[in-house]
Amino acid sequence: MGAIEDVRALETAWTTGLIIEKELPTPGLVRLRMHVEDRHRHRPGQHYLIRLRAPDDYTAQRSYSISSDDDDPLVEFLVERLPDGEVSQFLADIAEVGDVLEMRGPIGRWFTWDTTTPALCLVGGTGVVPAVAMTRTARRLHRPELLRVVAVGRSPDELPYADELARAGATLAWTRTETGDRPPGPPTADEVGPLLDGVELAFVCGSARFAAYAESLLLDCGIEPGAIRVERFGPTG
Amino acid sequence: MPVTRGFVGRKRGHEGRLPPGQYDTGSGWPVLTAEATPRIDPERWSLTIDGLVERPTTWSWDEIHQLPESTYFGDIHCVTTWSKFDVAFRGVSVDELLAAAGPSPEAAYLMAHSSTGYTTNLPLSDVVDGKAWVVWEYAGQPLPRQHGGPVRLLVPHLYFWKSAKWVSRLELMAHDRPGFWEQNGYHDRGDPWLEQRYQGD
Repeated sequence: MGAIEDVRALETAWTTGLIIEKELPTPGLVRLRMHVEDRHRHRPGQHYLIRLRAPDDYTAQRSYSISSDDDDPLVEFLVERLPDGEVSQFLADIAEVGDVLEMRGPIGRWFTWDTTTPALCLVGGTGVVPAVAMTRTARRLHRPELLRVVAVGRSPDELPYADELARAGATLAWTRTETGDRPPGPPTADEVGPLLDGVELAFVCGSARFAAYAESLLLDCGIEPGAIRVERFGPTG
Repeated sequence: MPVTRGFVGRKRGHEGRLPPGQYDTGSGWPVLTAEATPRIDPERWSLTIDGLVERPTTWSWDEIHQLPESTYFGDIHCVTTWSKFDVAFRGVSVDELLAAAGPSPEAAYLMAHSSTGYTTNLPLSDVVDGKAWVVWEYAGQPLPRQHGGPVRLLVPHLYFWKSAKWVSRLELMAHDRPGFWEQNGYHDRGDPWLEQRYQGD
């Protein structure tokens, strides 16, 4: 029973991570690169929990997708600073290089790419993060053709990793910005359909609203419901 | 774990007590079950621990009441997104039952069986060290039938489908095996703080 082995292999314990690099690509985004103690290997698409602890032992934790490849000596996260976001505001405003945070991971086995199945990522906003990890892994394995990425943002300035994704050959779609011959708007079936040739698995990641749009678009393009894996996110607590 | 430098956290209220995606049901206690509510006479009720144990043991209603009693006071969380704060259950710690039965070294999982045929699987580590109870009292009163009375399992740190109603048998196993809801797509562990609602979460 492979499934049981998988579960066992993915049992994780709390450990700590040291912030090595911190950058605010925009005022609303923070990119952290961390050294994780007792680190386990991860698959692209997995996430970590980050937990903060107050002096009275009150804790707050959130899960954040990994944007780095397993081969990277550091684990990278890109976090959106949410209004009233208890953890994300701390990470953006207060955390500094040299701080130690409680961490647990990697977590998740459904929304992961096995690195061999031809796949499409249809991702929006900070939902690009797992697609970035998948892209980096595909590049390291010299199999970039296995992965196609459609990344959707409001504008080029607001989409994290836009330049890196563009260099990797991703299709970028802006909902609020006109570029060349493309009017602003979400990707259409005409844009996504041709990318699906040979694709066996589709990963959708973004807000609940984006995910709903992306799922119906993929279904319209003829992808089977069972071949779509979705990760929705939004503010919690 | 050490304090996070500079972290105070938001004002302490229900926010910190609610796992992600949950709401406070207040004084309500929704009833959700897959089977008809059974009528079980306490005088004919019994609980058995078997499987990978050195001494398979069965307790009658009177016998289990001879064990040291233990109270849980805290919160419970249902996968259907309600949470209920400050509930009090009384019964016996699963540690007491396991101490009597003596788990074999290879026992790593537990299947809770109900008299209805309902099952749910748990890692053994989730029911030891004061984390799980077999309870017969709620808020000082006999546990109502619709909430699993006369006796249910209580594993409050996991989603409440793991707290099998009308529990009648605890089977220790070397390997995990999905229970009723777990075969139907629910998570094998079901930690509300990790929002482990479904397989794959």
